Amino acid sequence: MLRILLALFAGGLFGTGLMFSGMTDTAKVQGWLDIFGIWDPTLAFVMGGALLPMALAWRLTQGRRPAAGGSFPAPPHTELDRRLVLGSVLFGAGWGLAGLCPGPAMASLSYNGWQGMLFFAAMACGMLAAPRLSRHLDRAVANA
Amino acid sequence: MEADWIWGLGGGLLIGLGGAVFLLGNGRIMGASGILGGLLDGSGRSNAAERIAFIGGVVLVPFLIALSTGHAPDTRVTSNAAVLIGAGLLVGIGTRIANGCTSGHGVCGISRLSLRGIAATAVFMLAGILTLAVLRQILGVI
Repeated sequence: MLRILLALFAGGLFGTGLMFSGMTDTAKVQGWLDIFGIWDPTLAFVMGGALLPMALAWRLTQGRRPAAGGSFPAPPHTELDRRLVLGSVLFGAGWGLAGLCPGPAMASLSYNGWQGMLFFAAMACGMLAAPRLSRHLDRAVANA
Repeated sequence: MEADWIWGLGGGLLIGLGGAVFLLGNGRIMGASGILGGLLDGSGRSNAAERIAFIGGVVLVPFLIALSTGHAPDTRVTSNAAVLIGAGLLVGIGTRIANGCTSGHGVCGISRLSLRGIAATAVFMLAGILTLAVLRQILGVI
């Protein structure tokens, strides 16, 4: 039960932060990426603000256990593989195209009209298709 | 607006606090695409309840804020259905293949100085910058 409540609370903070920060405004997100147009630096402040508590939280994990039990994530992998790069290229293209990424797409579901719902539905379909596409990719690479 | 950066910084702090609660409380990395994607494709079946609770908080709290204040932020989202579908598919496929998005690789990865998080963030930002440069500045279609 504690895990559920903490997850709900974390999600609420995340959603509220996305809403207040302006990151559900697609024009501000595209403005950050549009460096050859009218550049909008807001996203840098959002990222900076988010990194502070997170960096502190990672520090606090040392020598402790999660409050609701279990264990902390293992240290990050260090290898940069094809999946990481190819997936990030596809994600970045879609992010630039509509100005929405998964977090803000969820946070704005209630106030982003049919457009937000259509984007979310397409994103969900993409997430469902990804494991299969990923296996094809691996096979193609193995056969190459 | 001049105050945009203050809202950005304040909202960013809340985002980071959310990630800190999820990490220190549940021992989990707050990645929006991983939490949602794992629920959809069944790979996160073992902890589906906390995924649903997290997503519930993400969706419902902004809804309740908008409802109680009578004001929702302007999203200025495109009404081009083809762009929305194409972008949604790319974001869904890309984040799952790369195993993370702006929250997981960006916020949570960079803050622990993960090489993969830093590299993924650099790549998806560059891809986004290139998309805007070509489709908005050169072709003028978005």
